Amino acid sequence: MISNFKKILAASVIAATFIANPVFAAEKVKIGVISILEGAFAALGKDGIRGAELAFIETGNKAAGKDVEIIVMSSDASPDSAVNAARKLIEKDKVDIIIGPLSGSEGIALRDLSKGYQGVTFINGSSAAQDTTFRDGSDNFFRFGGDGAQWMAGVGTYSYEKLGYKKVAVVAEDYSFPYTQVLGFMSEYCKAGGRVPNKFWTPIGTKDYSSIVYAIPDDVDAIFVALGGADAVNFLTQYNQAGGNKPIIGGTITIDQSILDSKGPFKKLLVGTPAGTPTVSDFEGKEWKEFSASYAKSFPDGLSAPSIFAHHYYMAGKAALLGLEKVNGDLSNNQKAFRAVLEKLEFVTPTGGTMRLDENRNGIIDSFVTEVFEREDGTFGNRVLKVIRNVNQTMGHDAAKFKALGPVSRDNPSCP
Amino acid sequence: MNRFIILLLIICSVLPVFAADFWLTQILSRSIILGVMALSLTFLTAYLGVVSFAQVTLAGIAGYTIAYFSANTAGIGAELPWVFAVLLALFFSTIAGALVGLIARQSVGIYSIMITLAISMAFFYFTRQNYSVFNGWTGFSGISAPSVMGLDLGAPVVFYYVCLFTGALATLFVVKFSSSPLGLSIQGVRDAARRVRAIGIPTSPVIVSAYAFSGLIAGMAGILNVWHQERVSSFSVGLGPTIDVLIISVIGGMRHPLGAFIGAITYVMIDTFAIDLISRDRFNTVIGLVLLLIVIAAPEGILGILKSVKERIKKIVLN
Amino acid sequence: MKFFFIVFFNGLTLAALYFIAACGFTLIFGLMRTVNMAHGALLLLGAYVGYEVVEITGLWTVGIIAGGLTSAIVGAAIQAYILGRYQGDELRQTLITIAISIIMADLMLWAWGGLTYQISLPEMLLGGVRLPILNVGYSSVRLTLMAMAAVTGILLWLLIAKTKLGIIIRAGVDDREMLQALGFETKKIFVIVFAIGGMLTGMAGVITGSALSIAPGTDMQFLLSSLVVVIVGGMGSIGGAALGALLIGMAEQYGLAYAPTYGVVFTFVIMIAVLAIRPQGLLGRSEK
Repeated sequence: MISNFKKILAASVIAATFIANPVFAAEKVKIGVISILEGAFAALGKDGIRGAELAFIETGNKAAGKDVEIIVMSSDASPDSAVNAARKLIEKDKVDIIIGPLSGSEGIALRDLSKGYQGVTFINGSSAAQDTTFRDGSDNFFRFGGDGAQWMAGVGTYSYEKLGYKKVAVVAEDYSFPYTQVLGFMSEYCKAGGRVPNKFWTPIGTKDYSSIVYAIPDDVDAIFVALGGADAVNFLTQYNQAGGNKPIIGGTITIDQSILDSKGPFKKLLVGTPAGTPTVSDFEGKEWKEFSASYAKSFPDGLSAPSIFAHHYYMAGKAALLGLEKVNGDLSNNQKAFRAVLEKLEFVTPTGGTMRLDENRNGIIDSFVTEVFEREDGTFGNRVLKVIRNVNQTMGHDAAKFKALGPVSRDNPSCP
Repeated sequence: MNRFIILLLIICSVLPVFAADFWLTQILSRSIILGVMALSLTFLTAYLGVVSFAQVTLAGIAGYTIAYFSANTAGIGAELPWVFAVLLALFFSTIAGALVGLIARQSVGIYSIMITLAISMAFFYFTRQNYSVFNGWTGFSGISAPSVMGLDLGAPVVFYYVCLFTGALATLFVVKFSSSPLGLSIQGVRDAARRVRAIGIPTSPVIVSAYAFSGLIAGMAGILNVWHQERVSSFSVGLGPTIDVLIISVIGGMRHPLGAFIGAITYVMIDTFAIDLISRDRFNTVIGLVLLLIVIAAPEGILGILKSVKERIKKIVLN
Repeated sequence: MKFFFIVFFNGLTLAALYFIAACGFTLIFGLMRTVNMAHGALLLLGAYVGYEVVEITGLWTVGIIAGGLTSAIVGAAIQAYILGRYQGDELRQTLITIAISIIMADLMLWAWGGLTYQISLPEMLLGGVRLPILNVGYSSVRLTLMAMAAVTGILLWLLIAKTKLGIIIRAGVDDREMLQALGFETKKIFVIVFAIGGMLTGMAGVITGSALSIAPGTDMQFLLSSLVVVIVGGMGSIGGAALGALLIGMAEQYGLAYAPTYGVVFTFVIMIAVLAIRPQGLLGRSEK
C-alpha cells in the first residue's frame, strides 16, 4: 500500500514538473474554461463545457491559422474555487483567455480578479449577476449575454396584460441570481400595474417547501417561481400534491432544458408555464436548428436540446474565436487590439439575433417569453410565445435612474 | 528534529529564488495558510484530545473581521488602519474560540466533533442569510493585503514571506504554549481529567483556554486567507473547507506541528493538479482514493511514513 | 391559527421522513460506534437503483426492496473489507467513510449524471387528500410517511428488543469486549448490522426520492440531517432518533413558515443547545 502511494506521488510530481515547464513554446492560443463539474450544479456545468467545445469544434480548434488549446478547470460554485481555478489557469497554464464562470457570485469574483491580470481577457460563461458588469465593471471582463433581469424581459407585461394576473406571489431562492430575476420580472410587472404582496425567499437546497406552499395567500392570481434544479422539482411537486391550483410563472432556470430533462413524473406540472429566457430549446429559427443539430451530433450523451449553459458558453467561445480571427491571432500589447475588437464585435447568435455589447461590455440580447410544452415523443421543451429584441441591461430605462434604484436585494424592488 | 526544522526553514526562505509566482502564491502560500488552519486543529487533537470542526469557523471570524474593517467592494463596514483590523481579528477569533470551548467543554470523542460541527454549520448558515454584517451569500470581495511602509504585502514574494513568518510563528507558539504550565495542565486534562480536578485545578478554564488558543492560531490563518483570496464569503466557512482542514490534519499526521503543513502541501498539490493528471471528469474519485490510501496505509499520516523511513535509514546506516 | 396547525402537521410528516432516513445511521452507531459518513452516499445509491428498478418493473415496492438490497450489499462490503480492520479507531473510521463518500458521490455522478431524479409513486399515493377539520389539501405520500416511520420504528424496536440478534446488539452497545470474550464473532455480527443499516438507508433513499427528489448533493443534505437527528436524540437510541427527528422537523417547518431568513440556523442552534447541556443527547446514555 505504502509503495503504491509513493508511486502515485512520484508520478504526480513528475507529471507536475512536465506541466510546469513546457519544453517548447508553440505558436498557439491557450483558452481556459471554468465551469462547475462537481456537486449539485454538475449537470449544468457539464453542459456549459459542451457549449464551449461546440464553438471550438466548429473551427477545428483553430483561430487565425493558429492552434487553439483548451484547458478545463472545475469550480464548485464557490467564488473561492473559481478564483483558484482562474489563478491556476493564468499563472501555471499561461492561458490567454478565460471563458467562464457559471454562477453569479463566481462571476463577480472573477470580475474582481480580472482587474489584477491585464494580460488576460475574461469572457463570462453563463453567470448572470447584474453587478458583474453594471456596477464596478472591469475593462478586461466581457459578457456576451445578458444578466438575470434581462432574461425576464417581457414576462411582467405578458403576465399582466395578456394573462390578466393582477397580483402575484414570488417564491425564489435566497441569493443574488434570483434577486436579479425577480427585479427583471417586477420592474415591468409593477410598472404595468401589477402587485406583488408576498415574496418568499427560501434558502437554496430547501427540501421541504410544504409550509411555504400553505403560506401562499389565496387571493393571488399566480406564483412567480424562480427556483433551480431539485428545489424547483420539490416545490412544484409539493404544491401540486397539496392541491395547489394557481398558475405558475417560471424563472429562467426553472424551465431550463436541464430541468425539463430531469427524470421522473414532475415535469408534467410545468406544461403551459410561461417564463422568460434567452434560450428556447425548440426555437423555430434556422440558426437554432443548425445549432441544436450540431449539439446533438457532437454530444450524443447530451441533453435533448442545448441548455442555457451550453448556449452561453458557446457564445463566449464563439466571441473569443471571432475576435482572434479578426486580430489575426495578435494578442500582444496586453491584448489591446483583441479587446478593442471584442468591444465592437457583432455576430449572429443561435437564436437568430445579433449579439453586441454595450459600453459596460454587457450583451444587448434577444429574450423570449416562452411556454413549456410536451413534444410528440413525450419529452418536454420550450417554445416561443413572444420575442423581445434588443434588451439592454437597464431594460429600456434611463441608465442613471436605473442605477439609482440601487443593487437588488430581498426588498428591492418592492410593490406590495 | 529541531535541526531539521531549521534546515526546512532555510530551504523555505530561499525558495522564491527558484519558484515561479504561481508556485509561491497558489501552492506554497496557500499550503502554509491551510497548514496553520490545520495546526489549530492538530493542537487541540494532540494536546486536549478532541477533534474540532469549528476551526474554519474561527478562521472565518478573523477573515470577516478583516474584510469588515478594510476597503472592500461590498460597501459594508468601516475602514481601519490595518494594524487595528489585524488585532481586532485576532481578538475576535480568540474570544470565539473561548466561546466554542465553553459550549463544548463537556464533550469528548465523537460528541466534540458533532457539537463543533453544529457550531460551524450554524455560523455558515448565519453568514449566508445575514446581509447587514456578513453580506450574505456573496460576502466581501476586493480586499487586498495592506502596504507597510511602501511594501505591498500582497506581492507574491512578499506575501510568501509573510505566510512563512506566520507559519513559523504559529508553530513556535504551539510548541512554547504546550510546554508552559497551562499547556501542561491541558495535557493533564486530556490524560486524566478526574485526577486534575482532584488536585484542585478546575478543568473548564483549562479546556476553554485551549480552545481560545486554537482560536488565536486559526485567526492567524484566517487573516492570511482573506488577503490571499482577496475575498471572504459564506462559502469560505462551509462544510467543504471544514472537511478539507480535517483531511489535511489527518493525512499530515497529528503527532507533530509539522504534520499540518505536510498535509496541507499534499492536499493543495492534489487539489490543484488532479484535474490535469486524470480525466477532468473523475478527479474527485482520485482525491477520494488518495485520501483513502493515506488513511489506510499511514495511521500516523505522512509524517508517520517519513518517520519510519528515517528510522529504517538510521538502521541501515548503523549496521 | 389554522396555518399554525398545518405547519405542525408539516413538521410531523417531515420528522417522519427524517426518522426513516436516520434509522440506519443510528443502528450502526449504536452497536459499533462507527460514525458512518458514507450514510448519505448509501441513501443516494439506494434511491438511484430504486429509480431504475421502478422504471423497468413499474412496481414501487420492488424498487424499494432493490434499493435497500443494493445499499445493504455495499454497506456490508465496506464494513467487511475496509472498516472492520479499524474497529475502535473512531476518527480513522470517520475519515475512511468520508473518503468513501467522496468516491461514491463522484461515481454516481458518472453513472447517473447530475440531473434531478424523481421516482414515480404508485397510483394510490399520487396527489392529495382533503384533511378533515383543517379543510386543506394534503399530499397522500406525506401522510403515508408517518405510517412508514411508525412501521420502521416498531420493526426496529422488535428486532432489537425481541430477537437474539437484538440481544447481542444490546450487549454490544453495553460492553463490546465482554461480548467478544464470551465468544461471539463480533466481526460477523458487525457486518450483519452494517447490512441491516445499509438496507434501511437504501430503502429510505427510495422513499426520499419518491416523496421529494434526488440529485447530487442530496447525499450531503441527508447525511447532515441524519447526524443532527441522531445526535440530538442520543446516538444509538431509536426513541432518541424519533424525538430528534420530531424536534428538527418542527424547527425546520416553523422556521420556514415564520422566520424564513434565519430558519435554517434554528436546527443547528437546537443541536448546540442540547449538546451543551446534555452532551450525550436527549435520550443517550452517558459514556463511561
